[in-house]
This record gives sequence, structure tokens and C-alpha cells, in this order.
Amino acid sequence: MSEAAAPVAGVRKSRKELDRAVIRFAGDSGDGMQLTGEQFTTESAWAGNDIATLPNFPAEIRAPAGTLFGVSSFQLQFGSQRVYTPGDRLDCLVAMNPAALKVHLRDLKPGGLLIVNTAAFDKRNLDKAGYAANPLDDPALGERYRLHKVDMTGLTHKAIQDLDLNTKEKDRTKNFFALGLVSWIYTRPLEPTLDWIGKKFAKSPAFAEANTRVLKAGHAFGETAEIFSEHYTIEPAEMAPGLYRAMTGNRALAWGLLAAAERSKVPIVYGAYPITPASSILEELAMHKRFRVRTIQAEDEIAAVTAAIGASFGGAIGVTGSSGPGIALKGEGIGLAVTAELPLVIFNIQRAGPSTGMPTKTEQADLMQALYGRNSESPVVVLAPATPGDCFYVAYEAIRIAAKYMVPVIVLSDGFLANGSEPWLIPDVSTLPPIDIQYRTDPEGFFAYLRDPATLARPWVRPGTPGLEHRIGGIEKQDVTGNISYDPDNHDHMVRTRAEKVRRVAQEIPPTSINGPATGDLLVVGWGGTYGAITASVERAQLAGKSVASIHLRHLNPLPPDLGHILREYRKVLVPEINSGQLVRVLRAEYLVDAVGFNRVRGLPLASEEILESINQLLGERQ
Amino acid sequence: MSPTDAGAAATPKYTKKDFESDQDVRWCPGCGDYAILSAVQKTMPDLGIPKEDIVFISGIGCSSRFPYYMNTYGFHTIHGRAPAIATGLRLARPELKVFVVTGDGDGLSIGGNHMLHILRRNVNVTILLFNNRIYGLTKGQYSPTSEMGKVTKSTPMGSADRPINPLAFALGCGATFVGRTVDRDVRHMEEMLRRAAHHKGTAFLEILQNCNVYNDLVWNVIYEKESKLAHELRLQQGKPLLFGPPDDRRAVVMEGVMPKVVPAKDVPESALWVHDESNINAAKIIADLWVPEFPVPIGVFSAIEAPVYEDTLLAQEQRAISERGPGDIAKLLTSGDTWKISSEGG
Repeated sequence: MSEAAAPVAGVRKSRKELDRAVIRFAGDSGDGMQLTGEQFTTESAWAGNDIATLPNFPAEIRAPAGTLFGVSSFQLQFGSQRVYTPGDRLDCLVAMNPAALKVHLRDLKPGGLLIVNTAAFDKRNLDKAGYAANPLDDPALGERYRLHKVDMTGLTHKAIQDLDLNTKEKDRTKNFFALGLVSWIYTRPLEPTLDWIGKKFAKSPAFAEANTRVLKAGHAFGETAEIFSEHYTIEPAEMAPGLYRAMTGNRALAWGLLAAAERSKVPIVYGAYPITPASSILEELAMHKRFRVRTIQAEDEIAAVTAAIGASFGGAIGVTGSSGPGIALKGEGIGLAVTAELPLVIFNIQRAGPSTGMPTKTEQADLMQALYGRNSESPVVVLAPATPGDCFYVAYEAIRIAAKYMVPVIVLSDGFLANGSEPWLIPDVSTLPPIDIQYRTDPEGFFAYLRDPATLARPWVRPGTPGLEHRIGGIEKQDVTGNISYDPDNHDHMVRTRAEKVRRVAQEIPPTSINGPATGDLLVVGWGGTYGAITASVERAQLAGKSVASIHLRHLNPLPPDLGHILREYRKVLVPEINSGQLVRVLRAEYLVDAVGFNRVRGLPLASEEILESINQLLGERQ
Repeated sequence: MSPTDAGAAATPKYTKKDFESDQDVRWCPGCGDYAILSAVQKTMPDLGIPKEDIVFISGIGCSSRFPYYMNTYGFHTIHGRAPAIATGLRLARPELKVFVVTGDGDGLSIGGNHMLHILRRNVNVTILLFNNRIYGLTKGQYSPTSEMGKVTKSTPMGSADRPINPLAFALGCGATFVGRTVDRDVRHMEEMLRRAAHHKGTAFLEILQNCNVYNDLVWNVIYEKESKLAHELRLQQGKPLLFGPPDDRRAVVMEGVMPKVVPAKDVPESALWVHDESNINAAKIIADLWVPEFPVPIGVFSAIEAPVYEDTLLAQEQRAISERGPGDIAKLLTSGDTWKISSEGG
């Protein structure tokens, strides 16, 4: 984007077409930045763009106003082509106060659009943000960026001065001034936001009127003020035809469970203890009692998993959800489900750790915990969704596998997927694979650990079935009969059998889809929420003529049967992860390939630019 | 009929034998658990519930081996978590009759939090807590009910912990049924088991149980014949709190807000403390009575009615379905804000 000529009053402003844009709204956690971002996202969805979002907010519920750690932001990328990530560098930053400017300015591209609310740049806020002098007075800022100093607070008050609201209430609508202004700059339709205002404030007409007027005032300001030289359009994206909705990862996980409950005709019991960023799954499920999904807000993480196991013992499907610290507490319970051979699904919405870490920040560092984080040989199936919408399918698949193989399944989502949203093509639910649950009812020849020859699953018997009364437990048991056994050879056999049962889940894995040439110089292997960043960087490398492909693993245990073969078709293998190198270690151990990691553990999604750099560097090494 | 009413129209006629499993019982010879197992198996036919609808859940410890010996459904789980497992099971299958078998360590130490919460939620589960005031399976460390100063392998100079009173704890958690019985009083035990099993909500029954290996005769005050006669107070609905041999009957009465023991003959009949299971406040006072100052009460301390956790939740589910129809995922997916993209390149 280049700077356009100075505007001429009365002349229609130039409209420039863009492929994509990355915008971040940043302000105090009380400034309504999440709402502003969500509304801008909806407007962009209406405009037919592909979108990826990144909400980023402090863990504190009401962080002190004006402070650096109280800054809340919402970033999105929207475009006329596939958008894989919320974007790396910003085309436009809206900073509602000095702290927001200080925290976020470094992500703005040189020459990028910088819109600030001048009213918030008073001595008090400057002090809190640690500015010795007002940065807006520094001419360098305007030279480096296209700086627009707008008194949003003042203009907001002016637009609604005759309304019977107090100063604080009027102040709180200024985020809609920003929304209106940026909506004008990027030619977004205001209708969805006006609709939202109408619904939200149906019972308080004064607020409805205030927000409507302020939104329109922001929009009109863009159009009439002489400071904005141009504005932009982004054509609708090429997307598969069909009905779309915005989908976040946590809602998709919850709805995937609802779909599984409906299809399997088996109730789901979801046990959970509130924890960031997993709590919204519990809240979402609690709203949908009609689907016979029963929720327990348990007294702790251990009760949450064991209540789910109790439900599975009863013939329902037990599910529990948490984040890393909670999963650590659930370890013993998961081990019980491993040895009792009961279906159990565990959602881990990963966050930055260790310990409490950074609860609202994302990370991918629980892969080893999922694979090995329990005592003894305790294999479980591990799946990871790639995008917010993919969470729906992965939750459904987790239930299907857990019930078919009588095995715990861990789903590794993360904070980025949980809160991020994307336009999601609504599936025809009749095309989902069946979940065919068979309880054993025939007492003839029954043993508690008699196995299905194909899956090695033991029979699932609902208590209440006459003639099949039996006991199971955490003590090692004899294969077939299920009787307590301390026999050394039997234990060795059971350890191998439990592992083999998990390995057999590989027969459920479809051929790995390769993004790029089937053989070449470099293969980028990813898993989980880095899908967008990896795909975007690989496609850019491909456009630059590089011999690069990528694959994204949904199945982390067992690994896809064709993976070993694929890895050997490339000279080099790169594994980008938001951890210190976990999948890369597994791949090196399993396949003896010299895979190298690209690892950043900053609590943020990987940037496609940095992955691209790493790709180029690896390819360069060959010469 | 509420969804939690167990039982069927035609329940088979069972005998004790029907509830004995084919597994060898592996408690130490002389363990009090044998008597409890026998009493439980003997009272099962009286419940009028098909045996396939009965589930025994346990945690870890000597007592927790119990489910293996019952010819019902059973789940021997992990240490302390049986109440949480039972809660999930009840929510999934409210038609089942669920028992939790636990001990003083499993139920009040590692699983104390779950015990608290099952009691306050009032899940329809019968809890049998075998209290022997010692850790048996780990070979003789003190337990949360061991007396202060108790010398064990882990406390060679005496335990520094003040013990917990299981019944006072349960009442403090809002338990709706609290009782105590003794492994060496088979008839009383059977009566208490029946009462507890028939209670709607969480029934908490403490069974004073002898660990003859690590804590032999810890309850001798109510084992030994003369001592039992002198100290045992049998709580009976509508009967006064009287105990002791016929020639030395004593009464527990209230003096101000303090309980006190006086010769029965000194108390006019109208001033006797008459036991009322519905009086929680009285139960809390009785739960704290113990020798030497007071008698050892056994029986039903309190039994009250309160909403049952899973009944409330399942009624909400029914209400949601009756008001808005059963869930329909296809409808849900297309609800709210959606938009159509009609062709490629839209």
C-alpha cells in the first residue's frame, strides 16, 4: 500500500482494492475491544470475505484502567482469497489509549494506518503507559506511519450530547465510533452491527439510539473528514458455496459433542471444573440440555474426569474438558479409563505454562503430556483440530473412536483455536460417519475382557443388563476373564494389548493429504492450531517457486500409517511448533528422520512470516 | 414415578447366596469386613431391587475390595474418587441403585473433598464408610480418624493430627441421612443397612470396623460386653436418649446449650431428650457425644428429605425437551447469524 495524494475537499475519495488486510483494535480491557472486533468480523463475513481472528485479552477480569497489562485487543485478517491466519504484521492499528499504542505499535507495518483516540492521551494515561512525553507529539511517528489523530471521545459525546445518559455511559460507546470509522475505511456494511444494536438494546432505547448514532458518526467522520485520503474494498473471497456461520473452536467442540449424542442416541455426561480457556465448553453445553448432554460442574478436576468415567461405566459417553494444569490432575483418572477400557474423551485446551503460566495465551506444549503424562504404560489416542471449525469434526471423531475401541481419546485444542473464529461451511450432518454403539446383552459366553478381533475392544455392558453382572477395576486383570491377576506374563500381555488396541486406531485414519508436490526439497509437518500459519507460509514459498509441501497431522497417536513413507520423499523436514520441539522429537524417534524444529514459545500463534524465513533458511543450507 | 425410583414390578426372590460372587475373599482372617460383607449380602434381598440394577463402587483400601465379592455390577476405582464416579453414574443411569464402599482414609483423607460434595449435592447413593482408625492396606499408618498421639509406623512418637469425626463432618456437609453401626452387632448393622439403602438422597453410614492386624479392638468400648452395656446409646426415633444397665440408667439431657449425662431417675419423663431424626441441630450435638464423658451413640442420627441432585438436573432436561422439543443438531447449526455463498468466486 502506498500513500495516496492529499485529498481534495469535495472530491469523491479514491477507493482502492485490496486482496487482504490485517487490523487490530486495541484498548483498555474496559473499552469494548472484543465486541468491536467481533462486530467487525461479522461485517466482514457479510461482505463475503474469508476471515481469521485472534482475540487477545488479559486474564484479569477488570484490569486497572490504562495500564500496559490491562490492554485488550482483537485482531483479524480478512481477504478475497483463502485467509489462513489472523495475520502477522498489521495494516491498521486502532489504539484507544497510550498503553494500547505502547504494547501494539511494534506490530504495525511501516507506512501502516495508525488511528489513535487523542482524548485518552492525557498525563495520567501517559504516565501509566510509561511515556515520559506524548508520543503523538513526536513527528517521527507520523513519518513512519499514516497517523490519524482523532478525538473519538469528544466526537462521540458531540454525537449524543442531547441524550439522557451520564458521561460514563456516553464514554462507553466510543468503541462504536472506532468501529464506524474503520468500517468506512474498509467499506464494510453497517447492517449487521445495526441489527445487533437493535437486538442487544431492545429494552433500553437510549442505549440503542446512542450506539447507533455513534456508529454512524464514526462512519460519517471517515467519509467527510479531510484526513482520510482513501479507503479500501476487499472483494468477496472464493469460497465453497453453501451456508456459512462464524465458528469458534470451543463452540465447535461443544457442538461436535451434541452431534455425536444425537447420532449415537447415547447421552453424554460432561464433567468439568472451570478453567481458562476451556470453561466456555461447559457453559455452551449447559445451554443445550435438550440434546441429553448432561453437564456436571465438578468440585475439582479429578471429580470431573472420574464422574465422566462413572458415566461411561453406566453406558453413557463420559467427556471431560480442561487445560494443561487440569489435565495434570486428571492423569490418574485417565489411567483408570485406560485399564478399565472404557470410552472417555478428554479435551485439553492448551495454554501457556508451566503451572499457571499465562492462562489466556496459547501454546502447544502439552503433546508429550497427552502421549506420556501418566504413570506406567498408559497409551491413549490423541487427536488435534487444525482450525476452529475443525474442532466440530474432531470432537465427533473422538467420540466415535472412544466408543468403538473402548479407549480414552485426548483432543488437543489450544487457546488460539478456542477463541478464534472462522467462517465455517455448515455441514450436512447426515454425511457424518455413523456412531454405532453396541452394548453386550448376551450372557452366553460372556467375559468382561473378551475382545473384538478387529478392534481389540472389550464388550461394553450397561449395568442393569440381567445375567452380565461383573466387576472391573484399576487392578491388573487377566485378559478375557477380567479377574484380578498378578501373573507376570499376563501383565506383559495386557501392556502390549492395550498398546496394540490404540495402534489399531490407525485403520481409521484416511490417507494423509499433502499440500504441494509428493516429493521435493522440504516437507513442513505441523499439528493443531498452527495449520493456518504453516499453510500460508508454505503457499508463499511455493509461489516463489520453492519445492516445498506441507502436511498437517490430525492423528498424533497413533500416527498415520503413510507418514513414514511421506517423510522420506523429501530432502528435509521442518516441524514448526509452539513448544520447544515435541512432535519433532516423536518423528525423529519413530521414523529416524533428521527432522528439525522451528520453535517459538511466546504465548502467541506462530507468524507465517517467521515460518517462511525458516523454510528459506533450511532450503538455503542445501546450496 | 420419578426417574430415580429403582426397582421393577416383578423382582425375583433372592437369597444371600445370590449376592455372593465367585471370587475368593482376600481380607485378613478375623477382619471386621467379613461380617459387614455378610450383612450386606444378607440385606440385599430385602431391597426388592433386581440385582442387575445394583452397582457397588469403591476407591482404594481394604474396604474398597468389597465390590469384587458382590455378585452385582461393581467398579473398583481409584483412591478417594468413588463418590465422584458414583455421581457421574447416577447422572447417566438414574434407575440404578448405587452403593459406595469406602474407608476412613479413602473417604475422609484423599477423598475428603468428593465426600463433602456428594453429601451437599445429595446424590442418591448409599455410602458405607468402614472406620477402623488406621491405614490397613498400606500396613499400619495412622488415619484421619486416629486419635491424637497414636503411635504408628509413620508416627513413632505419636500422631500430631487431631482426628476428624466422620458423622459431624457429614452433618456439616449437609448430609440428609447420617447413621452409625458396629461390625460386631450384626442385627443392628442389618437394620442400619436397610435404613440407609432405602433413604432417598445420600445416605452416610459409618460402620465401626475392627482391623485385627493393625488396630485391634480399637472399638472395644462397644465390643466388650460390660462396656457395651455401660456406654452404648441406641438412637431410636421417638425414644428418649437413655443408656446404661438397668440398675444404672442414665440420660443425656441438655443444660443450656451443652449436653450433659445425669441419672435417669433424676429426670422427669417430660424433661427427657426424645430422639427426632428430623432434627438436624440435635443430630449435630449427638454426633459429638463420645466416651468417657458421654455414651457412644449408634443408630440413625438424622434422616431428612431434600432435593436430590440428579433429580433436579434430569427434571431440567425434561423441561427443556418438553418446552422446546428434543435437540436437533441440523437446526442448531443453521440457527443464529448465517450467510449464503452461492457459487465459487462468489
